[in-house]
Amino acid sequence: MSLKYTPEHEWLSIEGDVAVVGITHHAQDALGDVVFVELPEIGKTYAQHEVAGVVESVKAAADVYMPVSGEIVEVNEELRNDPALANSDPLGAGWFFKVKLSNAAEVDGLLDETAYGDLTQ
Amino acid sequence: MLHDAESLPATDMSDNTSLLTTPLNTLHLELGARMVPFAGYSMPVQYPAGLMAEHAHTRNAAGLFDVSHMGQLRLAGPDAAAAFESLMPVDVIGLGLNKQRYGLLLTDEGTIIDDLMFVNRGDHLYVVVNGACKAGDIAHIQEKIGQRCEVIPMPERALLALQGPQAVTALQRLLPGVEQLVFMTGGAFNWNGAELYVTRSGYTGEDGFEISVHETQADALARALLAQPEVKPIGLGARNSLRLEAGLCLYGNDIDTTTTPVEAALNWALQKVRRSGGERAGGFPGADKVLAQLDGSQPAARKRVGLVALERVPVREHVELQSADGQRIGEVTSGLIGPTINQPIAIGYVEAAHAALGTRLNAIVRGKAVPMEVAAMPFVPNRYHRG
Repeated sequence: MSLKYTPEHEWLSIEGDVAVVGITHHAQDALGDVVFVELPEIGKTYAQHEVAGVVESVKAAADVYMPVSGEIVEVNEELRNDPALANSDPLGAGWFFKVKLSNAAEVDGLLDETAYGDLTQ
Repeated sequence: MLHDAESLPATDMSDNTSLLTTPLNTLHLELGARMVPFAGYSMPVQYPAGLMAEHAHTRNAAGLFDVSHMGQLRLAGPDAAAAFESLMPVDVIGLGLNKQRYGLLLTDEGTIIDDLMFVNRGDHLYVVVNGACKAGDIAHIQEKIGQRCEVIPMPERALLALQGPQAVTALQRLLPGVEQLVFMTGGAFNWNGAELYVTRSGYTGEDGFEISVHETQADALARALLAQPEVKPIGLGARNSLRLEAGLCLYGNDIDTTTTPVEAALNWALQKVRRSGGERAGGFPGADKVLAQLDGSQPAARKRVGLVALERVPVREHVELQSADGQRIGEVTSGLIGPTINQPIAIGYVEAAHAALGTRLNAIVRGKAVPMEVAAMPFVPNRYHRG
């Protein structure tokens, strides 16, 4: 199970038809200390590229875009209570939400580790 | 997610040749600072410790800030104080020797060109203005009073700020006697042959100092300060969160050429002698308007207020403020989750009818109403050393 990435610095970990979504190490580093997240509503359906959440540090705010189309099936309540998890463990405990894919073909258009690495060089 | 490249300085901008650098640039890079463009300079927004840690360190110990982008100048000659007083609604003539005061350059409409600090140094006034405004300020001062006094920019001087409850402990090891200064006073000191001018003031709400030093000795002085166990380097990010918790205005956000001193709730900066009925009342640009707002004959329609959010949602600049019945009543000009107060705080302008402490209103964040309350500033109590 490998990670996929977006040029907007989200990562996805796909298990079956559900993707776990978070922000990358590069993103959390650029933002600085994360103090607030706004997570999507469970059960809500989003199109790819729609704004599904917000992540804010003291100095900056950024939108979190839906990397794939689908329905939100779970959100990370621990992250809501402790937004610093996005800094301390961005690829693990700092995940944002889980989305049930409605169009698996969209995954093919995402970046792999190498392509994302080149982008953030 | 990271669409807004402007808010997210991800790359080292220090090689951007269009930007100026301060005399501490080499030190910033050595310390691993993240550099961003600010007021035409490449400046450290944060060091590896990060904004939250830097903010807390300044509140608990002592933080060193490079504020060399700010403009320093001297106004020299026997008429300098009277001349400078003609540009500002404050008492310049009556300021005692080595005393420091907050001042405001005003347009003919009584709006704010810049806010500044000045010291009576006997044979001249020493003035510190905002970095982004300094070229315009100097041109304005030169044009208005250049015939009455000598206007001498000091681009060869760096400016360091040492802020926090342990600033005095650290600085007095280098500059014995500096502990004698009280808030808003200054003095000349010598350090390893370098002539320094030190004021006990700052932009954090904490006790602390600002130190003017020649550019050739700034790096050595900064390193000597960082060698003190109390001191860590602090970036512009924490400088902003510290000043906001202290309720202090950021020029360009909270005050500008659309705001008057009374609208900005800076009445405390206008001494009695310059107000209606005072010995030297008026006689500054925009005096009719400012004094009419001050004495209530033509009250200001809006006021700058402090705001605290009642939910844990950051409320940032340009967010619309509404009354409970959904009418637009103002706008936020600065806002963030205050790291020390640990809740969302903001500065904004509201219609005068909604400016009373305790007034409930709503901030419209991404289409949703976040309840806020008008609150007293500073949000975090000042800890100035008044002696």
